[in-house]
Parts: sequence; C-alpha cells; structure tokens
Amino acid sequence: MRKIAIYGKGGIGKSTTTQNLVAGLTEMGKKIMVVGCDPKADSTRLLLGGLAQNTVLDTLREEGEDVELDDILKAGFKGTMCVESGGPEPGVGCAGRGIITSINMLEQLGAYSENKKLDYAFYDVLGDVVCGGFAMPMREGKAQEIYIVVSGEMMAMYAANNICKGIVKFAESGGVRLGGLICNSRNVDNEVDLIEALANKLGTQMIHFIPRNNMVQRAELDRKTVIEYNPTHLQAEEYRKLAKKIDENNMFIIPTPIDISELEELLVKYGIAN
Amino acid sequence: MEKVNLPDAAKIKDELLKVYPTKVARKRSKHITVISPEKEGDTIQANVRTVPGIITQRGCCYAGCRGVVLGPTRDIVQIIHGPVGCAYYSWLTRRNQTRPKSADAPNYMTYCFTTDMQEEQIIFGGEKKLKQAIQEAYDLLHPKAIGIFATCPVGLIGDDVHQVAREMSRELGINIFGFSCEGYKGVSQSAGHHIANNQLFKHVVGLDDEPIAGKYKINLLGEYNIGGDGFLLEEMFVQCGFTQVSTFSGNSSYNDFCKSHNADLNLVMCYRSINYMAEMMQTKFGIPWLKINFIGAKATADSLRKIAGYFGDAKLIDTVEKYIAQEMPEIEKVQAELRPRLEGKLALIFVGGSRAHHYQELFKEIGMKVVGAGYEFAHRDDYEGCKVLDGLEVDADSRNIEELKVEKDSTRFQARLSAEKKQKLEKGGIQLNHYEGMIPSMEKNTLSIDDISQFEQEKLLELYKPAIFCAGIKEKYGVQKNGIPCKQLHSYDSGGPYAGFRGAINFYREIDRIINTRIWKLIDAPWKEEEQLRADFATT
Repeated sequence: MRKIAIYGKGGIGKSTTTQNLVAGLTEMGKKIMVVGCDPKADSTRLLLGGLAQNTVLDTLREEGEDVELDDILKAGFKGTMCVESGGPEPGVGCAGRGIITSINMLEQLGAYSENKKLDYAFYDVLGDVVCGGFAMPMREGKAQEIYIVVSGEMMAMYAANNICKGIVKFAESGGVRLGGLICNSRNVDNEVDLIEALANKLGTQMIHFIPRNNMVQRAELDRKTVIEYNPTHLQAEEYRKLAKKIDENNMFIIPTPIDISELEELLVKYGIAN
Repeated sequence: MEKVNLPDAAKIKDELLKVYPTKVARKRSKHITVISPEKEGDTIQANVRTVPGIITQRGCCYAGCRGVVLGPTRDIVQIIHGPVGCAYYSWLTRRNQTRPKSADAPNYMTYCFTTDMQEEQIIFGGEKKLKQAIQEAYDLLHPKAIGIFATCPVGLIGDDVHQVAREMSRELGINIFGFSCEGYKGVSQSAGHHIANNQLFKHVVGLDDEPIAGKYKINLLGEYNIGGDGFLLEEMFVQCGFTQVSTFSGNSSYNDFCKSHNADLNLVMCYRSINYMAEMMQTKFGIPWLKINFIGAKATADSLRKIAGYFGDAKLIDTVEKYIAQEMPEIEKVQAELRPRLEGKLALIFVGGSRAHHYQELFKEIGMKVVGAGYEFAHRDDYEGCKVLDGLEVDADSRNIEELKVEKDSTRFQARLSAEKKQKLEKGGIQLNHYEGMIPSMEKNTLSIDDISQFEQEKLLELYKPAIFCAGIKEKYGVQKNGIPCKQLHSYDSGGPYAGFRGAINFYREIDRIINTRIWKLIDAPWKEEEQLRADFATT
C-alpha cells in the first residue's frame, strides 16, 4: 500500500485535486482510502456525493471507547473508502491534536491492515504545516509520499517551500519523501516554467500541470468529481493523466527548501515580473 | 560567640563554577555573589531564565498563583481548569491551615475542584465543561466567589476563562474571576504571584466599604499560615491591641479580602509574592506598607515596635512593650539552654523569595552562622532592596505578565499620613514602602546564590559541611543522603509554627533536635567501618 499525503496552501484546491485524482486511480482498478484531515470535514464530499458520515472525532466523542470502523468509514465513488477526521469549530480547541488522535484511532481500528487490501491511502491535509498535529501524516511513517498542490501565485509557492521544510524535518525519522509538485493552474503568466523552475530548485519535479477549467466548479456544485460528472470532458482526461503519472512515479526525494530571496528571484526571472 | 574559621567564599564560588562550560559558568557567575565587607555594591542576577540542563529548584507560574497565593483561602471555590494532576498536586501541599469563624461557615480547602480535562476537551475546547463545573460547584455549595485557574493546555488551545467567568457570574449572580496563570508563563512561580495579586486586586479588594470597628487597623500581607504561623500572629496582634482586617492569604476569607482597603497599614511579610498588592493598595487607597518580619524573636520585637511607632499612640506603644517584655524571658531562657549545643554550627538556606532572609534571624539567635542563602524565584530587589527598582531591566519574560495601571480612587483614596510625618518616621527608623533586601543583613565572606542548581547544592555540602541545609521537598532527600539534615522551609515538614515569639522557641528546639540527633552519625552501613565476619569453607 502506498500512503500519500497531499499538502498545499489553503484554498489551492487540494481536496478537489485529491478527489479527482482518486477517482482516476479508482477507474484504473485501485482500491483506495481517503482520510480527510480538515476540521471542516469536507475532503470527501465529491466522492460521497455530499457531506456525509460521522467524523472520527465526533464518533469518538459520542461513543467513547466503543468505536467500530464501520461507524466512520463510508464507501464513495466506485467503492472508495472515505473517512473524515473532523475537529472543533473555528476558534476553539486544538484541531492538530484532533488529527493525531484520529489517525491513531484509525490505526488501532485496523483501517490500514493487510486484509483491507488497499492500494492507496490518501491524507488530505488542511493548509500549510501549521503545527505538530498537521504534520502528523508525515510523522512516524504514516505517509511515505507527499505531493504539494501549488500554483504560480507567490504565496502558494511560499507555502510549498514551507511544507518542504516540514518534509525535511520528518524525512530522517519518518522516512517521508516528496513525490512532486502538482500545479493547479491559476492562469498566472509563465506558470509552467515558473513551477518547473521551483521544482528544480526543490530537487523535485512538476508531476503534472492541471489547466484551469470551469468544469471543475460545475462538477463541484453537483457534489461530484469531474470524472464522475462528465467522464468524457478534457478536464477529466487531465486528472486521469495525473493519476497515471502518480501511479508510475518513482522519483522520491528529500527536498531542498530555498530561502525567500531565491523565491523572489524565481518570480522575477519567470513570473509576472518578466 | 565562638570563633569559626570559614573558608574563603570567593574560592568556594570558583569551585562551584569550575565544572560548567564557559557560557554557563559566565551566566551562573552573575547569580553567585560573595558578600563583601561593605555590602553596598554587592549585586546579583535574578529572575531570569534558568540555564537549560540545570536542575533547578523552581516551580511554575500556576504553582505560584494557585498553590501559593490563593491556596490558603478557604471560602473561594478554586476550580482548576486542566488535567486532574495539576489540581491534585497543588492541593494542600504547603500545609496551609485554616479556621472558619463558626461551625457553619464555609471551608472548601478540604475539597479539590477540577474540570479533569480529557482529550475531548483539548480537541473541541473545554469551555463547556468549565461552565458545567462552575454550575455544579454553585449548586452544591453556593459559594460567594469562584476562582478559575488556567493550566498549560488551556493556554495552548485558547479557552477563554475570563469570558466564561463573566458569563457565569452574570448567570449565577456571584463573583467569578479567572486567572491566566498557565504554568509555562514567566521564568518561575513568581509570575503566578503577580497574576494572583492582579486578579484579587481587580475583582475582590475594595468590594465592601462597610466601616470597620477598632483601632490600629492592619492587613497582614504575604503570610500563608504554614504550619499555623498565622494563628500565632493573629493571637499576637490581639495581645498588642491591633485590629487585623485581613490576611493575604493565610487563614483568610473572601469577605476579609473585600474590606481590606479599610485598613490603615499593610504589613508585608513575603515581599516577593505580595509586594504588587501592597503597592497597588498604596496607589489606589493610600495605605502605606511596612516590611516586617515575624520570623525570629528580635525581628518580631523590632517589627512590633515599628508598627506601634507608625500609629504613634503612647498607650499602644506601652501595650506592645509590655507584650514583648512578657515574651522575652522564656526566649532568652531557651536560647541560653541551646546555644552551647548549637553555637558556631553552619547553616545554608535556599528557599522562597523572602524566607531565606527571614530564617537567618532564627539561626543567628541560637548562635549559628548562615554561610550561604539564596532564593528560588526572587527578583533583584529581594536581594538588594527597593533601591534597585528604578534601574531594573524589564525583560521579555516579565513583559509577558500583565502590569495593572492603578490610579488613585476618586472617592476612597485617603492619605494615611502626611509627608512630614512620613519623614519623621523615617528619621526614627521606620521606613515605609521600602524593603532593604536580604544582602544587607548577611555577613561578609558568605554567599548569596540565586536559583541554585542541584550540583551547586551538593558542592556546597561538600565544601562547607554544614550542620543543616534548609530547602524544600525536592532537595530534602538528596541532602540527607549526604548525612546532613534538611529542614523544609516551604511546608516545615510536619513541624511549626515558627512565627512570633512562641514560634521562635519551637524552631530553636526543632533545630537542636534535628542537628544533635545521633542518626546522622549512623548513616554509613556498619560493614563499611568495621571488620567483617570471615569464615572458610570447611574441608574434610
């Protein structure tokens, strides 16, 4: 089983990209579990056709010790197993601690055990690496591969670089590696060159460039991935390409984060200032 | 007094620093002061972060707030918002005693209240459970006031204890207030004392303006009734004719705090933990404060004379003198009895923020020499006196603790004495709003050591071979393994009271008992000194 965590700046399209990618892999016959690590619990909405099941933490709160895997796992698109960590409302408690508890709970319940015959487990993680809890999927070998969703906007690149720092920190102890950058286009000038240059600096690859297309929003409104909503659309094909590339990927590295001035130079050389 | 040849304190300081890495030695060097003959220029570093890796005596901010300042108060329900251990291990650990004024008056000190925070509260927030706890405490006990104490996790997850306090106060119609005294704040428990002072001043002091009957009205600040010290002092005040309005906070009650601003003089025992309250009451209500010390017979007599001198009433002065005269013969008798057994013996005292100063008096009175003394959590003014306050640097750790802006109360401020009278008192040796610190009372060629490390303690035991070491529970057994008795001066072990005249006698006898017992000579196993039994296997 490959355990993959998807990181990236808030609002960059991590959940959308992850779910479309998962839909692509599912079409290829892969058996997948998606673990949403966002207190909003909306990381599996497109696969499930709506906000769904009880989150791990809600269940834990209500049931106490007596939690069954079936209480928290729900089958989505083509049999994808979906689970949401859940967490507190904005402004209270500690969401990071929640993710730690939730992932430990899933392990204890055997969600990852051999007999589940999973090909992939995906962690969709909120925002930047803000605290220990959000780094949890990287720690102790919970995820081995990281993909960072990024765009040609400066802050998205800045966040990607920060996430790389987190990966370096856990690469030694947890064995986590960076698999590549996924560019979710924002129609920034020279975006491909820019992200390829960034990937190069970080010692990784831009594994795929996903063009911007309104079909994604339309499918989302209908609570579906593009692959399910409009399987013959060009955008669906893009996600299938991404799925294939990730399935065949064999470039796993410890990234080399850059400093802010280098990042700015990149923008001057390739980006908007060019 | 018997002549004792003491080792050179400067050489001992070098010995203490020798094993440290350069940077640590440089830092620790500033915390170790050799007392000079003139003392005037002796300075010391204090109230800064402990060097990482050093085993310190210090406690946390929460311990200072909940354990020290509020702990001895009997009728404020004190809810610890946090995991259960923080509540349990701060409960009655200092042997604070209390006596409700009547059989049906509330006393909550025998209870331990906590929200018993679990993982669920850490993740989803604990305010709801805190509200439930307040409601439950109210339903069961109907207290006049509830205090909420924040522990580390509360600060990390951002529960707003003050908002909960306001809400529940409105709902239940009683006084509820919070303390943001998370353990990680500040560099020691000292931060917690300040936070406790601030909140009591903001939410409690001054709530009851009902005039108080009686003459010579005083508050006793920084007396925590450990081992019953406060009981003895209360009795002494009655004998001297003072009217005691409140104590912060030994044997105290909420109502007494509320009316404490009606007193005419604040007596400050533990300067470190309560000076903020004294200063704020001076600014807002015009009550001067007087640093006194009721540990030691001479110190007690001096302190009583100063209080009587402040009020300046001839009849009062007469009563106080009669009381002193009545107590002194027994004191002198016991001193004379014990001196031959204790004269010239050495003591080390590393405790508190004022106790290391106060207890030197008692040792001197039985002919002993205090060769080293220092505080766990003091600031520079505790060592060098208030004169350093103006030049004190406020570092980032201290800035983190709220400093209340206090102003003169427009209706209730009342200057208790004129500038002329203050000057006159000063000429007579009664200096108000002032503490001279510990260093001036120490002898030359002794050591003052701030935030002493475990290594330094052990080294001192080796180099001075003192007859007694005074500290707390954390140090006690390490010291005793060296064959040297350790007297706890936080909780008094199971002894006390030691305050006032009768307390002094208890202390003299306790020290004689501890030092002159044979047990310390029996500490090495007999087979280490004597020939062991030998035998051969029998062969046939």
